Amino acid sequence: MTATLEQTPQRGPLATAAHRLWRARRLVERNVMVYRHQWIVILSGVMEPVFYLFGIGLGLGGLIQGVPLPDGRTISYAAYVAPALLATAAMNGAVFETIFNVFFRLNYAKTYDGILATPMGITEIALGEMLWALMRSTLYAVSMLLIMWAMGLILSPWAILAFPAALFISAAFAAAGLAGTSFLRTVQDFDIPMGLIVQPMFLFSGTFFPITVYPLPIQLFMQLTPLYHSISLIRGLSIGTVGLTQLWDFVYLLGFFALMMWIAMNRMERRLIK
Amino acid sequence: MTLAPAGHVFIRNWLVYKRIWHRSIFFGFLQPFMFLSAMGIGMGTLLAGNRNAFGGLSYLEFLGPGLLAASAMQVATFESTYPIMNKIMWGRNYEAMLSTPLGTRHILLGELGWIGFRLATIATVFMIVLWVMGVAASPLALLAIPVAVLSGWGFSAALIAFTTTQQNDMGFSWIFRFVINPMFLFSGTFFPLSQLPQALLVVAWATPLFHAVELIRGLTLGRLDPLTAPLHLAYLVAFALVCVWLADRGLARRMAK
Repeated sequence: MTATLEQTPQRGPLATAAHRLWRARRLVERNVMVYRHQWIVILSGVMEPVFYLFGIGLGLGGLIQGVPLPDGRTISYAAYVAPALLATAAMNGAVFETIFNVFFRLNYAKTYDGILATPMGITEIALGEMLWALMRSTLYAVSMLLIMWAMGLILSPWAILAFPAALFISAAFAAAGLAGTSFLRTVQDFDIPMGLIVQPMFLFSGTFFPITVYPLPIQLFMQLTPLYHSISLIRGLSIGTVGLTQLWDFVYLLGFFALMMWIAMNRMERRLIK
Repeated sequence: MTLAPAGHVFIRNWLVYKRIWHRSIFFGFLQPFMFLSAMGIGMGTLLAGNRNAFGGLSYLEFLGPGLLAASAMQVATFESTYPIMNKIMWGRNYEAMLSTPLGTRHILLGELGWIGFRLATIATVFMIVLWVMGVAASPLALLAIPVAVLSGWGFSAALIAFTTTQQNDMGFSWIFRFVINPMFLFSGTFFPLSQLPQALLVVAWATPLFHAVELIRGLTLGRLDPLTAPLHLAYLVAFALVCVWLADRGLARRMAK
């Protein structure tokens, strides 16, 4: 990598970043080619949050009178749970891609060893995988928003911002997934990020019910998790309670993104250049 | 045909599993505990005003046994897809086994025996969690464990039969997304079927998971309906037998190629 950098003309840091991002498109092209015959796998992921919306949101939600909001309104349970399912879909899309698929490419297919023999470096690989994960998440976020809109579950014009917010959330979780994958050794290790982090967050971060049902120490702990802030941000936009809370959610996620990106870059470098 | 050689397949799986069993038991406890405390207790507070909808049960009591049935399905289906595919074509373990006196029928019985053992441990752990949380009220609850194994065998054999027809793992994501997951959400695990529109209700009745959920719920809570229980049981037995027959035929055909 240093050799290629010497050959390239001097650039400012911003131009270098843009150049690397542009080069990272090659990895996205590679993934598009690989999935060319497996597009059904990607497309079927659209249905995951939809099934939950119908099953839990409408099926179980039909038995719930309504969810009272702090501002005094009471909204239907489906309108309460749908934005949270959008946030978890953004997380899941990114995390599944960067944990399972990147692990496979890193350890079994040795895809990156081959790529490193080209002018692509580790930064480009990480950026490329993140871009690819983002493309998948875009598909999931757009389809989920359209379904929410068609079912009348969007209660505020702010919801238009839920789309960029969902992409931002996937980017942060894609970075976190890359960072986590670099620590995994065997297939059995998947249990640790999935069973101890992703799934508990999915169940306890206010996806299905307000975290105020817990005792205070657990509430405070859940407020530390990135999924809690993702859900709070998207739910705020969708139901139209936008305020300082959502600004804080955004700042938190920005910090989380930067930290995970930093860990991912460092760790991937150590894993790949041994 | 003597069945003893199937034991070797079972022992082979045990030797592989023995290195990770402690972790498997840990997550076996954690998973139902998390699901029950989140959905059962958390959702339970939202649903508290509506006890009638669940036949006078608390949501935790309604959900707990249903989740036991659903977990048995999930474990059985997962264990019968990627790991079996691996032994058929990626790792070619079956090819090696068939060069010994073992036949495909021994392999199938060994695998089903192994999955039955895994299901029994998982259902037992789950039942302990239910008992600790005060859901398992009746001594009949112990019978829910063999019912979970029986229903798991049906799912396992069905997925083995499916796996023998596949050339790569793409079909698996399809079947998990469009068959297993919808069944998980819509077969009476999370809410009474009366919530469903009429057309879907008939589909849900036809699913094996619905019958497993009803039977396991009745046994665990000690509210078995003597009229419908034999029907649920008969359905599960018939489902398992048909699927084992399909799996036996499928594996023999696949390995003959």
